[in-house]
Amino acid sequence: MTPTLPLVVLALVVAGIVAHVTSPAARRWVSPAVGALGVLMLAALWYLGLFWAPPEQYMSDVGRILYVHVPHVWMALLAFTLNVGCAVAYLTKKSWVTDALAEAAAEVGVYFGAVGVLMGSIWARPTWGVWWDWDPRLISTTVMLLAYVGYLALRSFTDDPERRATWSAAAAILSYVSLPIVWFSVRWWNSLHQVQSNPSTVDKPMVAVLRWGAVTMLCFLFVFIVKRYELARSRQTAALELPPLEAPRPEAA
Amino acid sequence: MKPESRNRLIALGALLVAASALAWIAFGNIGENLVYYWKPGEMLAQGEKAYGATVRLGGVVVPGSVVWNAEHTSLTFEVADSHAPTAPKVKVTSGMTPPQMFREGIGVVVEGTFAASGVFTTNRLMVNHSNEYRAPDGGAGGDWKGTLSQAEAK
Repeated sequence: MTPTLPLVVLALVVAGIVAHVTSPAARRWVSPAVGALGVLMLAALWYLGLFWAPPEQYMSDVGRILYVHVPHVWMALLAFTLNVGCAVAYLTKKSWVTDALAEAAAEVGVYFGAVGVLMGSIWARPTWGVWWDWDPRLISTTVMLLAYVGYLALRSFTDDPERRATWSAAAAILSYVSLPIVWFSVRWWNSLHQVQSNPSTVDKPMVAVLRWGAVTMLCFLFVFIVKRYELARSRQTAALELPPLEAPRPEAA
Repeated sequence: MKPESRNRLIALGALLVAASALAWIAFGNIGENLVYYWKPGEMLAQGEKAYGATVRLGGVVVPGSVVWNAEHTSLTFEVADSHAPTAPKVKVTSGMTPPQMFREGIGVVVEGTFAASGVFTTNRLMVNHSNEYRAPDGGAGGDWKGTLSQAEAK
């Protein structure tokens, strides 16, 4: 994976979210369409990952978990990057939109990260021989997830939306330190977890299915974040008793 | 202070703390203090300090060194720093059935104790996979779509 690709992907997600947030017309069809695409791609991923792709030469069928384990963790990293972006944006220019988006991104990131680690553990048992070991990659990933669980807990400690937004944004910036550590842990220290693969170390059909899996999870990442964002917005609106950003709907009037 | 400038100050402070924490971990000597496993050469260089304590040893299984006795579930093999024939190596003995992935030439991490006799005794043997994912040799399977994937690879 070239270093710029994750940034391009992040920009795509951000563009979709901005469209969702700013345009009520886009809100009506973008997330259902992306969700439907995700479901279709997931159905295809089952076939591609379980039957179409060749087995791995040493791991055989066990290696197929690659197509979901890696995309899940990638999505967690993207979500946390979105979270820190929103945190910096909030502190630069106060906005309830970026605060709500930061909350949504962190929660969805914790979900993808936790599922990714769970899949990694299931993969580790037959390949490494153990469910878990305290290797640098596993420690740093645990610390990262705990940091974001702490971030989410911090958000619920105060009822004052403004204090919550400000201090959780600071916590978000501090939590993000864990992300490069997770990424480079396999290079900085001896670890049980292998270093990052790239297209030259993975056979072509496997790369294709892995990318398919990443796009599939990207669809779900987008849908989860915008849905969770709407929830966060409605809670904010209730807490602040502010007029909603758009004209009140008939049922709210 | 206006709330906006206070928030920017918080952002600046948090970014500074975050950046310095990261720099400390990345460029400080924390890497020397956090050691997940020793390679055989590193363990032998510790001398007497390595004896007796529970430590992890990591490296590659030396081809031709594996002796497996299924009847007594006893396994002995040598772990080397690298695939180079001159790489430092340590003899390992284990009383457990190795994971399915275990084979000659693969990376392993073993947890146990090193004795002055030069033998490392382990009861926790882990196999690590490289970052390579390859389809089985097209000729070996025959019934698989290996031919298809290899045709695509070209």
